[in-house]
Amino acid sequence: MKISYKEIIQALFALFLIILICVLINNISINLTRTGIGFSFNWLFRPASFALAEHPLPYSPSDSYAWALFMGWLNSLKVIIYSLLLATVIGVFIGLSRIGKNELLRVVSAGYITIIRQTPLLLQLMFWYFVAFLSLKETVLKPIGNLLSISNQGINFLGITLSAEFSSLLLGLSVFTSAYIAEVVRGGINSVDKGQWESFRSLGLNDFTGLYTIIIPQALPAILPGLTSQYLNLAKNSTLAIAVGYSDIYAINDTIINQTGRPIEGFIILLLSFLFLNLFISNGMEIINTMITSSKNN
Amino acid sequence: MLPIVKATNLTKSYAKGIRALDNISISVDPGEVLVVMGPSGSGKSTLIRTFNGLETFDSGQLNVLGIPLGSNHNEERKIRRIRKRVGMVFQQFNLFPHLSILENITLAPIKVQKKKRDEAEHEALVLLTQMGIESHAQKYPSQLSGGEQQRVAIARALALKPELLLFDEPTSALDPERVNEVLDAMRRLAEQGMSMVVVTHEVNFAKEVGDKVLFMDSGKVIETSTPDIFFLDAKHQRSRKFLNQIKKK
Ligand SMILES: Nc1ncnc2c1ncn2[C@@H]1O[C@H](COP(=O)(O)OP(=O)(O)O)[C@@H](O)[C@H]1O
Ligand SMILES: [Mg+2]
Repeated sequence: MKISYKEIIQALFALFLIILICVLINNISINLTRTGIGFSFNWLFRPASFALAEHPLPYSPSDSYAWALFMGWLNSLKVIIYSLLLATVIGVFIGLSRIGKNELLRVVSAGYITIIRQTPLLLQLMFWYFVAFLSLKETVLKPIGNLLSISNQGINFLGITLSAEFSSLLLGLSVFTSAYIAEVVRGGINSVDKGQWESFRSLGLNDFTGLYTIIIPQALPAILPGLTSQYLNLAKNSTLAIAVGYSDIYAINDTIINQTGRPIEGFIILLLSFLFLNLFISNGMEIINTMITSSKNN
Repeated sequence: MLPIVKATNLTKSYAKGIRALDNISISVDPGEVLVVMGPSGSGKSTLIRTFNGLETFDSGQLNVLGIPLGSNHNEERKIRRIRKRVGMVFQQFNLFPHLSILENITLAPIKVQKKKRDEAEHEALVLLTQMGIESHAQKYPSQLSGGEQQRVAIARALALKPELLLFDEPTSALDPERVNEVLDAMRRLAEQGMSMVVVTHEVNFAKEVGDKVLFMDSGKVIETSTPDIFFLDAKHQRSRKFLNQIKKK
């Protein structure tokens, strides 16, 4: 095995970072001992003594802080995964509408992209929570009979209940991210040579078949990196959950820091949680990427 | 017999003022090879691309294989019916780079004609053998030379058993030593009675294979003659000037 010049530089840089972090941690712990608080994670196993509105696994206030944080992490994961899927579906649809033949869809999707990208996400989340859900008060909307009901308690779809907090975060993150995904999709498709369209059209294929057999496979290498970065943004943006009162990792961590007075340990946990989450997303995308490129070449 | 293509007073402008097609009337009979010549920008591509609906036109009539096309833009159905019966070969080959040679050819038979994969592959191999490139069936377009890619493109266009083939400068992107292998394949198709419209500046091909030469300039038909007359004694001053220019190259 040959070690390249680039790899040596990378290794040296990693070493430098590790040393820097060790120095930082050392400084912090010296300061902490001097102020008498100390640096410890023992509190993690003390009872949290606060209730959680949403917890995917059994949880009660007598459970530990660690367990509460884990619930927060699962709640984050849940809203991120659902939003990721929904944002992709909406984004691909809007992106395709943007370049499609239908004049009305083109104009509407262009407007959608502009409006969504030019208002802050926090504002959009507030809109979904306070305007779309809470303002319903006693009203229950049933747009498709008993399959779907929307109220200030959230959404009930085919017997699955989603709280108003979860729903507004889901919709806010999905709608916001979908506008960016739409642009990524449009850019990817436009990067494919126009001759490919003419070629499949002159073979009698319709645009839909041509799109998924010819255009999208060639657009994917251009789409995936942009998509990954939108997914990572979505994961980071999910910390705005606190604004609509959804118990994600950030919100729970915030409560815990207030209770325990240990912000440094709290933020270390938060940083590690997100590092882990985002590594999970980017590795997942990397796997999808290799799957696509290797299936193309055999 | 009904003509394969009949265009009457076709006119088209991309931008206001400049006519890419200016009142063009032509017809192509079954089994006929029409060679289209003219300087760059004279409207040759635009003309043959209207024949399979890749371009629309502003006024005039067009009838392809008995299917009338109007100048309105909502004829998706009719255009698809025409495309299933008309093959097209492009200057830049436009093969699908992510599909193997075999998949390039079987795509339309499978997706459009709903043929079984086995049957489509068998027919594709016959076509590749005709084109002399059956040994490349499992390769990808980027592994082939330009001449081989263009022969794949011809095989792909033939896969739907078209009644008319359109060629838009099929040898212009090729290295000179690769031109003949493509022209030879086209010549054999003509001998088998295929109706073809060929935009090309290959004089020898036009003389030997062409039944008629259509000369265009600035979107207009300047003259339509048999190759004998066009190359020896062109009627029009502009045709003669053009011929002198391509001889010099
Ligand atoms: N997509 C297009 N948009 C605008 N103008 C075009 C387009 N395609 C061709 N034209 C113009 O139409 C005229 C004819 O072009 P074309 O049919 O490509 O000529 P040729 O194939 O003989 O070189 C030229 O003036 C060209 O610039
Ligand atoms: Mg041209």
